[in-house]
Amino acid sequence: MRLRILQLLLLGLLIVAWYAMTAPGLIPPFYFDKANRAAFFFGEPQKVFWVIVDWFASGEIFPHLGITLLETALGFTIGAASGLGIGLWLALSPTASAITDPYIKGFNSMPRVVLAPIFAVWFGLGIWSKVALGVTLVFFVVFFNVYQGVREVSPNLIANARMLGASQRQLLRSIYLPSAMSWVFASLHNAVGLAFVGAVVGEYLGSSMGVGYLILQAEGTFDINTVFAGILVLTACALVLDSLVGVVERRLMTWQPKAGQTEKV
Amino acid sequence: MTQEVPALALADITCRFAARDDASKAYTAVANATLNVARGEFVSVVGPTGCGKSTLLNVAAGLLEPSSGTVEVFGERLMAASGVNRRAGYMFQADALMPWRTGIDNVVAGLEFRGVPRAEAVSQGQAWLRRVGLAGFGDRYPHQMSGGMRKRLALAQTLILSPDILLMDEPFSALDVQTRQLMENELLALWAEDRKSVLFITHDLEEAIALSDRVVVLSAGPATRPIGDFRVDLPRPRDVSEIRMTPAFLDLHREIWAAMKEEVLKAYEQQKAI
Repeated sequence: MRLRILQLLLLGLLIVAWYAMTAPGLIPPFYFDKANRAAFFFGEPQKVFWVIVDWFASGEIFPHLGITLLETALGFTIGAASGLGIGLWLALSPTASAITDPYIKGFNSMPRVVLAPIFAVWFGLGIWSKVALGVTLVFFVVFFNVYQGVREVSPNLIANARMLGASQRQLLRSIYLPSAMSWVFASLHNAVGLAFVGAVVGEYLGSSMGVGYLILQAEGTFDINTVFAGILVLTACALVLDSLVGVVERRLMTWQPKAGQTEKV
Repeated sequence: MTQEVPALALADITCRFAARDDASKAYTAVANATLNVARGEFVSVVGPTGCGKSTLLNVAAGLLEPSSGTVEVFGERLMAASGVNRRAGYMFQADALMPWRTGIDNVVAGLEFRGVPRAEAVSQGQAWLRRVGLAGFGDRYPHQMSGGMRKRLALAQTLILSPDILLMDEPFSALDVQTRQLMENELLALWAEDRKSVLFITHDLEEAIALSDRVVVLSAGPATRPIGDFRVDLPRPRDVSEIRMTPAFLDLHREIWAAMKEEVLKAYEQQKAI
């Protein structure tokens, strides 16, 4: 509780500092040569706040936010599902894994954001080029974690399940999948963020809807307050998505020991 | 009795492992080992550390294919390629419980794999939890249990399938002395109910004598093979902590230790030399 208060205090302090540094004429300009330059470059917190209020009050933001969230959700879901599936397949099939290994390494080390223009050509300027970018970003994070997770299953556990009569399919369901899941959840927090990156970067490069589009438009007219408003809305959404993943994780991962809870008899 | 087909017959088993970097430097873990376990017999295998006891057990379980030699289970040839030994239950040295399953779900895992309906499996599982003294702990996860409780859970998980042969790989070596003796007594009590054939691996000679009908001594590795076979004629039922004090036990211990001592020293010298 004390911690929460201190955290809010820090936020308040940052906003006050922001306000003090940018409000024209409040303190004498010490870097810029004119009093309103700081506000021009860094925006003003109260104006940013009113932009956000205006967006939600007028409902203007909702279609844009909806599009961005839809792109994020689709990119995340498709990327995570295909990462899980292909990760399981390659981890359990040494031949396929050996053949594809250099290509996977190659695709992973490629800065995949450079694919965005190609996706725009392939999938057009609608949502699918953004989804495709999100998928390529999310896929590898989840894929590598699943691959690692399956590889690190204790051989004892597998031998035990086999002795108890598990078939290959039952091994997959009862041993490999649950074992990989803890690694997957560790990566999902990252993956949500990357799905967002895919959506917004895609929108920057060419779109007619979305929060990234709003930000780009505002930037074009040097409307820094609106740019900051867009950034804040995106950050809030990312936080909410991340905590949603956290909730799901806690529901599914009840078996994992928490600190201070082990060996309680 | 002697005419009967043994529950488990390992004949002339040799296991060679290729060295990782040089195929010509193969390591022979077990060489020409022959070992029989009769129906209803409790056989312990003792030997110095690192002598290939677990290798022998993995061969018996069908988890590992021997380089040469045959395994017969109730007269039927066991081929590792066509699957594990379906008539055997295996209790591992290390924890092999599924950490994401509660106690009851771990116990019924084998029944579940065999397609037993959930309700029936759970009622059998609850009965087994009671038998190993874990009634009321069915909804705990393994990490919420003590080492001894996890061993009892593993025992229930193995025994619920009522295997004809029980393979045990130093199952109690990680436990403290008191818990261990309790577990040994519990194991003997459960075993006395329906007299399975047991192949019990241990490095602890006292444990081997206290539990078994027969103790087999292995030589130091590499190329481990049985070098001694001792019948234990101590009366049953036994209490493992009391039987250790009896003169008959001490005589047997002296006799078997005399055979084992040289091998233990040999193994120790080898490990020091590396």
